[in-house]
Amino acid sequence: MVKKERHVLVIFPHPDDEAFGVSGTISAHIANGTPVTYACLTLGEMGRNVGNPPIATRESLPDVRKKELEEAADAMGLTDLRMMGYRDKTLEFLAPGVLKGMVEELVAELNPTLVISFYPEHSVHPDHNATAAAVVEALADMPKETRPTLYAVAITLDNPDVVYSVKDYMREKLLALRAHHSQFGATFAEREKHYRDGDPEIAERLENERFFDYKFADDA
Amino acid sequence: MELITPTRVQELIDSFAKQDVYLHLETTNGAYASHFDQSFFSAGAYIRNARVNYKHGKITGDGPYRVGLELDIGWVYGEGLTHFELNEDGQLILAGLNHEDKIAVTLEISEQPFRK
Repeated sequence: MVKKERHVLVIFPHPDDEAFGVSGTISAHIANGTPVTYACLTLGEMGRNVGNPPIATRESLPDVRKKELEEAADAMGLTDLRMMGYRDKTLEFLAPGVLKGMVEELVAELNPTLVISFYPEHSVHPDHNATAAAVVEALADMPKETRPTLYAVAITLDNPDVVYSVKDYMREKLLALRAHHSQFGATFAEREKHYRDGDPEIAERLENERFFDYKFADDA
Repeated sequence: MELITPTRVQELIDSFAKQDVYLHLETTNGAYASHFDQSFFSAGAYIRNARVNYKHGKITGDGPYRVGLELDIGWVYGEGLTHFELNEDGQLILAGLNHEDKIAVTLEISEQPFRK
């Protein structure tokens, strides 16, 4: 299962980006005694699933999602949650170097041996790809002796390098997923029911988390 | 938010007329629209805290509704609006939910800037 790290730094742009793909891994690292920091860049202000009748407006949604994110962090056992204050769907438009500088500061402060983020150009959403690009730029500048490993989550790539079974952390993971109610709401409740009823396809998706071990230009 | 009542929304639009106000206008299909359907041409637009002063505004249609604001030197309009709310900050929020109950359009008017 997960190996002991000095520190794990998770960087994603939206509350809920962690839930499907990495929440079990986060819980596993925490259970393993590794400190984990989750830097979430926005509050998902542009989320579109507000239910009908809508439970939130464009103006109240960030407060709703902030609470959901805190609840998900609690569910995963995560105590170092950083909300970085950027705005949903603007990351690719930020001035050059802004996001890279943010990643560099986090890495300098936390000295992680493992960083988890998206995979550049293979993560569909412009915010995902902008975040991934900044992470890669920041880490690529480090000497390879001190550079943390980057485990990247890709949406449009097959054959991940690392597949973790997070079966032992499904309680935490389901709670984390449920916490993002404004986004997954009814759809997740249905999915969870199928999971509990033993749907093998859903179990396979939920109980395994997939990562690409990102190779930098100077990696052997 | 509740379903739009045109007479009530018209009153609210009138109450913001002829003064400097801040406008939020967006349309969106979501960032994944073209990922799920490559033939789908996804377009959207977003402007937050445009400062405008409209001399009159109107809500029309049978639902989903359209709202247009006539400025001294131009126009603003949005279509596909289904829900409204006057929130606790006195901001008029109009939104349109598509057939999947996802936000597809938002038009908002406020006397104070919307938070960044």
